Amino acid sequence: MTNHWVDIKNANVILVMGGNAAEAHPCGFKWVTEAKAHNHATFIVVDPRFTRSAAVADLYAPLRTGSDIAFLGGVINYLLTHDKIQHEYVKAYTNASFIVAEGYKFDDGLFSGYDEAARKYDKSTWAYEIGPDAFARVDETLQHPRCVLQLLKQHYSRYTPEMVSNICGTARDTFLKVCEHIATTSAPNRTLTIMYALGWTQHTVGSQMIRTAAMMQLLLGNMGMAGGGMNALRGHSNIQGLTDLGLLSDLLPGYLTMPREQESDYQGYIDKRALKPLRPGQMSYWQNYGKFHVSLMKSWFGDAATKENNWCFDWLPKLDKVYDVLQVFELMHQGKLNGYFCQGFNPLASFPNKAKIDVALAKLKYLVVIDPLATETSCFWEHHGDFNNVDPARIRTEVIRLPSTCFAEENGSLTNSGRWLQWHYKGAEPPGEAKPDADIIAGIFLKLRELYKKEGGAFPDPILNLTWNYMIPHTPSAEELAREFNGKALADLTDPKDPTKVVLTKGQQLDGFAQLRDDGSTACGCWLYSGAWTEKGNMMARRDNSDPSGLGNTINWAFAWPANRRVLYNRASCDPAGKPWDQKRKLIGWDGSKWSGADIPDFKPDSAPSDGMNPFIMLPEGVGRLFALDKMAEGPFPEHYEPFETPIDTNPLHPKVISNPAARVFKGDMEGFGKSKEYPYAATTYRLTEHFHFWTKHTRLSAIMQPEQFVEISEELAKEKGIKAGDQVKVWSSRGFIKAVVVVTKRIKPLQVNGRIVHHVGIPLHWGFKGIAKRGYLANILTPFVGDANTQTPEFKSFLVNIEKA
Amino acid sequence: MALQSLDIKRRSATTTPSPSQRQTQEVLKLIDVSKCIGCKACQVACMEWNDTRDAIGANHGVYDNPMDLTENSWTVMRYAELELEQGKLEWLIRKDGCMHCAEPGCLKACPAPGAVVQYSNGIVDFHEENCIGCGYCITGCPFNIPRLSKKDSKVYKCTLCSDRVAAGLEPACVKTCPTGAIVFGSKEDMIRHAEERVVDLKSRGFANAGIYNPQGVGGTHVIYVLQHADRPEVYCGLPRNPSIGPMVELWKGAAKPLASLGLAMVVAGAAFHYVTKGPNEVSAEIEKEFEDEK
Ligand code: SF4
Repeated sequence: MTNHWVDIKNANVILVMGGNAAEAHPCGFKWVTEAKAHNHATFIVVDPRFTRSAAVADLYAPLRTGSDIAFLGGVINYLLTHDKIQHEYVKAYTNASFIVAEGYKFDDGLFSGYDEAARKYDKSTWAYEIGPDAFARVDETLQHPRCVLQLLKQHYSRYTPEMVSNICGTARDTFLKVCEHIATTSAPNRTLTIMYALGWTQHTVGSQMIRTAAMMQLLLGNMGMAGGGMNALRGHSNIQGLTDLGLLSDLLPGYLTMPREQESDYQGYIDKRALKPLRPGQMSYWQNYGKFHVSLMKSWFGDAATKENNWCFDWLPKLDKVYDVLQVFELMHQGKLNGYFCQGFNPLASFPNKAKIDVALAKLKYLVVIDPLATETSCFWEHHGDFNNVDPARIRTEVIRLPSTCFAEENGSLTNSGRWLQWHYKGAEPPGEAKPDADIIAGIFLKLRELYKKEGGAFPDPILNLTWNYMIPHTPSAEELAREFNGKALADLTDPKDPTKVVLTKGQQLDGFAQLRDDGSTACGCWLYSGAWTEKGNMMARRDNSDPSGLGNTINWAFAWPANRRVLYNRASCDPAGKPWDQKRKLIGWDGSKWSGADIPDFKPDSAPSDGMNPFIMLPEGVGRLFALDKMAEGPFPEHYEPFETPIDTNPLHPKVISNPAARVFKGDMEGFGKSKEYPYAATTYRLTEHFHFWTKHTRLSAIMQPEQFVEISEELAKEKGIKAGDQVKVWSSRGFIKAVVVVTKRIKPLQVNGRIVHHVGIPLHWGFKGIAKRGYLANILTPFVGDANTQTPEFKSFLVNIEKA
Repeated sequence: MALQSLDIKRRSATTTPSPSQRQTQEVLKLIDVSKCIGCKACQVACMEWNDTRDAIGANHGVYDNPMDLTENSWTVMRYAELELEQGKLEWLIRKDGCMHCAEPGCLKACPAPGAVVQYSNGIVDFHEENCIGCGYCITGCPFNIPRLSKKDSKVYKCTLCSDRVAAGLEPACVKTCPTGAIVFGSKEDMIRHAEERVVDLKSRGFANAGIYNPQGVGGTHVIYVLQHADRPEVYCGLPRNPSIGPMVELWKGAAKPLASLGLAMVVAGAAFHYVTKGPNEVSAEIEKEFEDEK
């Protein structure tokens, strides 16, 4: 979230789209009710299904699954043609005025630079025109035919209400009503908040769906405002923490990035990331990349990391490609990966095309599962009738199960969607032999280190030199780990402005990432988390909920990254002169000598408005990007592409380019995608409130509340197929089948799309062959093995199935 | 329960005057149907607090589960999909459970002394140790709430967490409700809050929004805010004008002067039935009797 949960109460209009907050985030959803009750907010839900969120919405608009870019592109077109944008904001705080390089083109579904054979773009034309001063050129009048605003207008002019209705199946009037409500928030004193989740990420164009919404928020002037922002609702209590700490194969902690194969030169690696300003007077905060990186290496390798050895840069693996989960299971499926550690997740249930995952796991020599529960993955070799139809006699994988504690059985912090690190305390002793994950990993590490010490091995250095200063080496405590990611001074640190003044003495905890150095005098395990455990103690454990501004910005409650800031980009909540756009929701303001207010300024604290520094300080141009340059795989402007399994066999915008041309598809998978002739219905998978993922089917109370697997269809489809509510049905895709009870509902309606009727089949995902709820089929038996072109998140939300009474 | 016994205002089949020294406030639970997202957290909290567990059932083609109130499920969510206005779908989700009537039909119908009590704060509670399992209360209830346990032949229903409330806490469902759809407090405060909610709903286009606090049972200590107060029946059959059956009223009125004798006979009779035929049949028989009287 750019904002945070409590801040939702400040919104005037709330859009839940690409998510179902009431269903999947019922506790956070209370802030929607709060906004309605105390801010008279209008609540809008756009979703293929009339969800639990829709049940309490003021306005609901259905749309076909996978068509969100068409819908949002239509809203952008509406805002531009009806002149409902926040002009001053757009001009000053976005790249609307920037001139795009000659050679950039969009034509019949493809941007300039496409290489069909590689399914990739050469993105060199997706760039600004750079002047002789090495800065990007702008046209303040916004009239230049190649300025971003003009290109944007042109790009989305195709997204007329009629086109939206044709692609999405949303009635024109309903679509326009949504547009009208959203457009009201272009006023400086009104805001729209957007709450989304996996309903956007789990598409082959997921990242671009989110981008379209973010662009809309920039046009409306809602980024950085209390009650505005782009708010990703994370689906797991600590999944935000997972990404922050870099547990993705191409990331290092704090969104630092792993070097690529061709990046063997340390300085080149840093320079590429420490971006120089693209406009005069801009901060371009990533210029500090080196400080974050060196401090991370010092944290990991201590004295072994020196300037001379480039802070152990050579010890970092260099990626030849991204090893996302689809890639890893593809390699496993090809027999190229034969050992697998699976910690805290359940790939057999969570990854697409279960049949492929089954085959892949069976090719492993060994599989280690670290989990509090006996997951389906750890039992993938067991035969459970149709639910898991494998032959144990033919599976040779050795499975080792290491029981771990769950969050309530250990101290630690959870990072919520709003970026708050909240400390929690152990509530119960773990059962049996269960151990904290840190202890399990420590045990494995210490054993490995011992072996390397004894036997040498090909490349022992990083293992032998890894800092491991925990009081009890085989049980690093949560407190020790937290102090480590906060970071400390490795030498006395002096004030850069006054070298006689010592700010921190050697060994003291850092106050925050502003103190990081690239000379080896600081260590920090995750720069974004610096400030969470300072000399004052554990900031994450703070529980002062006083809220002097009334905006819910309780800055003494826990710790929010970065720097305890609650609303990102909050400089943009003020006009260029430093006055809040809306006095009632003042987060910060310029008081003549500095920025101050209810939040920590997301800005250089003493940079006067007259300096001309822009609010989006992480970007080299200092302004929000309507045009994404080369940052996205499939284009600088989001374009509607159909799901890889489309129910309409075409893309009404450009029939020659139907689905995302830059999405990675593995050999054999393309041919296996279902076609609408055999699989006529658009299917989508989702969660229910009563359950959490594949865990709570192990819990009696949750099992009582939703005991048995079901799928949902409309009354019309039920009638067509001779199916009654409560019947058993069989649902199948080109990858397999499931059987379940059917719920026949008015909440799913057939949609009129591109001249045909599209029916949806809704597939809740919580059941499997383990646990105490009624046994069921893993929903991912049905889903396709293809992901978003940028993140590789699988397309769980849009695929094709057929259905019959079982 | 020593303290709570001081607060008992009425007992089934009893004429001994009730204590009246302590002054307590009338409480009220407000269920705002327009805020409910049907998450069932209240169902879970109810089972957790009261240490009951229903069976792991099956899906019957709807979201409701368990499908009905039982001796273990003292509250259930009931889901209705409706298009009252052409093209405007509504998913009305009502939390069902005891309404804690000011004039409780169950208490009036119950022949077992002190099996049903009403506290001065308005909560209607069953004291199961006195329950003889005759099921009269089930018939007496205009909302079809109490359920007879097959295991111990006692009747169970929502207690409005009388144990928590007596200790100054809110009921478990209120504590857990994530959206604030259930709130709890003094009767006046809650009515005022309900009125504010109605104003908000009217401003959002629900012209017939209103409060459900039926006077046929003297008002209730659980009230609803409804988007369509003119049509309570669309909320999975919420009765439009609930009242206590004439038989219950009559029986209670006539029995009073003859209390000790009459009651002793009824109790003895019921106990006899219980021993010979079991409680379910008794209740069915009595039900029929009531029906015939109507
Ligand atoms: S807990 Fe609240 S929101 Fe959830 S079902 Fe119960 S009343 Fe409705």
